[in-house]
Amino acid sequence: MADTTATVLELRGITKRYPGVVADDHVDFDVRAGEVHALLGENGAGKSTLMNVLYGLTKPDEGEIVVRGKRVSFSSAKDAIEAGIGMVHQHFMLIPVMTVAENIVLGVEPVRNGLLLDERGAEQRVRELSQQFGLTVDPTALVSRITVGQQQRVEILKALYRGADILILDEPTAVLTPQEAGELFAIVRSLKADGKSIIFISHKLNEVLEIADRITVLRRGKRIDTIPREGATEQGLARMMVGRDVLLRVDKAEPSPADVVLDVRDLHVVDERGLAKVRGVSFSVRGGEIVAVAGVDGNGQTELVEALTGLRPLAAGTVAVAGRELADYTARTMIDAGVGHIPEDRLRRGLVLEFTLAENLALHDYDKPPNARRGWLSPRRLVERAVQLIREFDIRGGGPLTLAGALSGGNQQKVVVARELSRNPAILIAAQPTRGLDVGAIEYVHRRLVAERDAGRAVLLVSLELDEVLSLADRILVMYEGRIVGEHAAGASEEEIGLEMLGGRRQVAA
Amino acid sequence: MSAAAPLNVPPEQEPSPGFAVRLGAAQRAGGLIVPVLTAVLAFLAGGIVVAATGHNPWTAYKGIWDGAGFDWLFHIPWDTNTTHLSAFNLSQTLLTTTTLILVGLAVAFPFRCGLFNIGGQGQYLVGLIVANWVGVDFASWPTLPHVLLGIGAATVAGAVWAGIAGFLKAATGAHEVISTIMLNWIAIWGGQYLFGQGGPLQNTYNPAAPESGTIAPSAHIPVFWGSPVLQGLDYGFFVALAALVVFWLLLNRTTLGYEVRAVGYNPEAAAYGGIDVKRKYIEAMAISGAFAGLAGALDMLGYLFQFGVLDVQASQIGFLGIAVALLGRNTAIGTGIAAFLFGGLLYGTTRGLNPNVFDPSLAGNLTSMIQGLIVLFVGADIFILYLWNARRKLRLRRRAAATT
Repeated sequence: MADTTATVLELRGITKRYPGVVADDHVDFDVRAGEVHALLGENGAGKSTLMNVLYGLTKPDEGEIVVRGKRVSFSSAKDAIEAGIGMVHQHFMLIPVMTVAENIVLGVEPVRNGLLLDERGAEQRVRELSQQFGLTVDPTALVSRITVGQQQRVEILKALYRGADILILDEPTAVLTPQEAGELFAIVRSLKADGKSIIFISHKLNEVLEIADRITVLRRGKRIDTIPREGATEQGLARMMVGRDVLLRVDKAEPSPADVVLDVRDLHVVDERGLAKVRGVSFSVRGGEIVAVAGVDGNGQTELVEALTGLRPLAAGTVAVAGRELADYTARTMIDAGVGHIPEDRLRRGLVLEFTLAENLALHDYDKPPNARRGWLSPRRLVERAVQLIREFDIRGGGPLTLAGALSGGNQQKVVVARELSRNPAILIAAQPTRGLDVGAIEYVHRRLVAERDAGRAVLLVSLELDEVLSLADRILVMYEGRIVGEHAAGASEEEIGLEMLGGRRQVAA
Repeated sequence: MSAAAPLNVPPEQEPSPGFAVRLGAAQRAGGLIVPVLTAVLAFLAGGIVVAATGHNPWTAYKGIWDGAGFDWLFHIPWDTNTTHLSAFNLSQTLLTTTTLILVGLAVAFPFRCGLFNIGGQGQYLVGLIVANWVGVDFASWPTLPHVLLGIGAATVAGAVWAGIAGFLKAATGAHEVISTIMLNWIAIWGGQYLFGQGGPLQNTYNPAAPESGTIAPSAHIPVFWGSPVLQGLDYGFFVALAALVVFWLLLNRTTLGYEVRAVGYNPEAAAYGGIDVKRKYIEAMAISGAFAGLAGALDMLGYLFQFGVLDVQASQIGFLGIAVALLGRNTAIGTGIAAFLFGGLLYGTTRGLNPNVFDPSLAGNLTSMIQGLIVLFVGADIFILYLWNARRKLRLRRRAAATT
């Protein structure tokens, strides 16, 4: 049944305008039976709007949708589902207290005796579906008890159960571990083998090259091109996405390390439940070098950073900044001692989204002159400085009085970076500074970190992306179960570090 | 929210805003429209109930309007007949407004710090009690110091009372809703004991009467509109207006206000910024209690002069602060306007109402109903905004249909 040439879906000249922005500008897009068609673009390029149009969530201002040769008009997701389109959102829409099977059949429940939910039938049907496509998940398990990767499978099953043969996956790997992402790709391939069409939305180049048959690139609401995977390169795709050449590899000179700026001795940290998360970590960072902490998520990196920035108490050990031991370890002390911190979750911690950019940029020194005198805030001064920083750090999408929540992810991160660097910290701790950013913004952050290091600043980078660690670090520390299990010079092999990250070789580093 | 920037965000730039962010954005986007719509809807619903009881809603509302003295604002200067009663009614409305502004601010301020203060009533009573004690006991003092001492002591007492809830939250994580409710009961029973028979603050002239002593004339806040004998409007009204300005300045022009707002919006980001979040909880509650305590002092020194055990039991005004703050969106201007609205409603449906126009017992219930409806509708802000947007969308769609 898999006719790999037939076009099952066509979007023609889709245009959607929002006040001040054209989200999609006459975009054409088509999908064939049994293919994976990737939709690639930076945040705000118009991918989500296009898919919302396709899924009936947004009405386009212009353009038409053709499904299997027939012009259709969707006024709700229900119409799209009836036309055989299914969507798996980036944020799952499952009911945690219900079972997998109950979630899947929700809204189209099989009924027994005309009234009662046929639970057996539902479970049976879910089992059949999951076997057919290799989507292993226990139909009787509660959704709240299964992993994120499994929840995603439930979402896919939900779409399949409703008869979808065109599946939209919106940034499906954003929430997955690398292992789970690998399993997802296997599922996508098996769906494809069965003749399903998949629209794969992403801004990660390597993923797209791995899974897609064709790739369409959007930039600022316009379709740049649609190309086959064969012959596509990361470099070429990045250029299409951003509109200029992008440095995917970081160019940097040899480091010239100076004095020790951050000195950590035998640090122990526990979490809320009293479990040891950091178990006796010692290391130092010198001015003019980037030291990276590599490791799989959940091996104590978060707690390490929180302890170093005063957001979590130390269970034992000492931290010295610029040669001085600290009296206490509150956030205030750390900030005043010269610790700059780009937090791993900028939405949760790095920014007050309801504050203006001017207020956000002053988050650490709102109470210091000239921002404030004797407890009186100087809004004018905050705005003046914001104007200056917005220009200096090229923050786009708003002025000093724009709310931080209104900016794109990349520009929000620039606000955080601008705030931390403008304080001229002795050491900059960057925790996953490029998480969720698109190619252009990643390049910016990387260049900026290297520039700071070249200017003599000490940088501690904590990242889950091994690529990032390898391309930026002058020294690499590998963390596993709360301990540093390896130390490497720049240029260490990926395999060696990867093995240590998984606990393959245990040792206590000096 | 005094200077909210216009927000025109296409949906895809906002990846997945949380509920609080959406609510915040919705409230900002709604601007003035939503609270006004909320009040109008509440009045409409109230009118339907009035009609259902066989009365004319228009006459009823006109009666309340006149009862609140609002007609004085539109009076013809030479019409001395009506102005006399209207002026008196309006002065009484403003007297109630004074209290409501302050108990409203007592809810609004901690709200901006992410705290829900249900303890306005208790803090108000504590202020009332302390002001009574100062007013009775320091009778030899000259007027100005005596009044200031009463106000100051009551304000501090209210701050301490609410500060307890803040401290409990900071030290043990005890939820402020629970602790302020319990502190209300302690204040209520404490007041009944203190003013009751044999209580330390009971009056000295009639041991049979369970009520406080009467404060000395030196502790009276002078009246500037109306007769001092007939409960005229005292200068406390201006203190309440000043409190609105103080509230705004405190929140928007001081480092403390910056900290309070940061904690209210995002405690984690505030902690990351170096702000001592727990300390802000205590400070925000203390400031809140100061407003409520001040309300108690102004009432006691302005026109109550004494208070009985039955009054303690019957007093409800502190709770009304919640509705005032909610309708006023926890802003200074909003709280001021909402307090005036509720002040008029409260007085206009009770003593100010002409019983021949509308039965006061029904009218009093109408106030409670409108109050309840407003709280309900404010809680349903998003729903109202949704209706608003749906209407706009429908119009756009119709226009689109007309052009194609």
